[in-house]
Amino acid sequence: MPRMRQFSTAALVLTGFFAVAAGQAAHAAEGGLPQLDLTRFPPQLFWLAVTFLLLYLLMSKLALPQVSDILRTREEKIAGDLSRADQLNREADAALKGYEQALAEARAKATEIAAQTRATIQADADARQAEAEARLSAQAAEAEASIRATRDQALSQVREIATDTAVAVVARLLGAQPDGASIDQAVGEELSRRGVK
Amino acid sequence: MAAGHNPLEQFQIKTLLPIEAGGYDISFTNSSVFMVTTVAVITVFMLAGARKKALVPGRWQSMVEMSYEAIAGMIRDTVGSGGKKYFPFIFSLFMFVLIANLSGMVPYTFTVTSHIAVTFALAAVVFFGVTIIGFAKHGLGYLKLFAPSGVPLPVLFLLVPIEIISYLMRPISLSVRLFANMMAGHVMLKVFAGFVISLGAILVPLGIFPLAFMVALTGLEVLVAVLQAYIFSILTCIYLNDAIHLH
Repeated sequence: MPRMRQFSTAALVLTGFFAVAAGQAAHAAEGGLPQLDLTRFPPQLFWLAVTFLLLYLLMSKLALPQVSDILRTREEKIAGDLSRADQLNREADAALKGYEQALAEARAKATEIAAQTRATIQADADARQAEAEARLSAQAAEAEASIRATRDQALSQVREIATDTAVAVVARLLGAQPDGASIDQAVGEELSRRGVK
Repeated sequence: MAAGHNPLEQFQIKTLLPIEAGGYDISFTNSSVFMVTTVAVITVFMLAGARKKALVPGRWQSMVEMSYEAIAGMIRDTVGSGGKKYFPFIFSLFMFVLIANLSGMVPYTFTVTSHIAVTFALAAVVFFGVTIIGFAKHGLGYLKLFAPSGVPLPVLFLLVPIEIISYLMRPISLSVRLFANMMAGHVMLKVFAGFVISLGAILVPLGIFPLAFMVALTGLEVLVAVLQAYIFSILTCIYLNDAIHLH
């Protein structure tokens, strides 16, 4: 297994590195760890105190309030925008409702006007129709009356014509003038028998 | 072995400006330079990043806000609303350790947090601060921290000493964890950097292996730098939570 051998070689090399490194460190430590040199503690502690206190003051008095200010402003802006959007939304809803109501009202009014107009037109048409019918029936009655009058007049002349015709027919047949009165009477009898007046 | 190859040489504290006050040596050293640098970097980062106060933040301002909200969220999650007062301190602590760790990753710099004096001082501030807060909040009732309720009496005899010892060990574990991590990482980097030279002297291509390892190690060390800053501050939060709420 060449890979295995490669791996173990690499491990060996690494171990070697660490061994040498540890040796170097141990060798160097013979001179003492610089970290454990107590004479170097006071300057470190003094400057740490100075710099850290300065950092604390700079952060707490300047930097952090600035950042929290930014974050708060943003939060307020977002909250404000959201509430404004909410309000506008509500207003839009109200406007929509108003519009719908106005529309419904207009529609109702339109229906009413249409109904009224229809009724008016109907009434007008009815009146005109009635008037026309009345006129027509009057004309018809008038015509009937005139027809009746004409017929009556015609019928009243039937006897006279029939009598005249009978007289003429008898005179031609007999060659003598018949008695007008008796013929008239006979015609009248005949007419009344046929139902003609 | 040449002095330049000594992996511990990088931790040497060199006096740049000797100052003495009241018999104490408070010289301005290379360590002080990087403490000042750390504070300057944090201050510039925080103040300049948030300067525009943009409603929609740019990249820099986003980073500032993210660091603010990360620490604020950490305190909210571990301590609750009672921890708000201590936010500036924990934020400063986190940023100080983080930037000190990270700036130590730049070649030729000095790592402030690779010194036990610094990490122990920070841990001691946390330890005494938390203890004072605990006693101020609960009076002698804070001692109940060492005797959890509902534990039978015989067990208490064993448990209380253990709790007291673990409490007293807190500053040590807190400081040694950070210091040892920082120191070990930097020693490793230095040693492998030495291998690049010594192996390269034998046969140039051989130097590539430790160099490749160093690249990977540098990535790991950046991770460790961030992680240790996080651990330091979250443990501070947990201790603070103990002090404010007991168990």
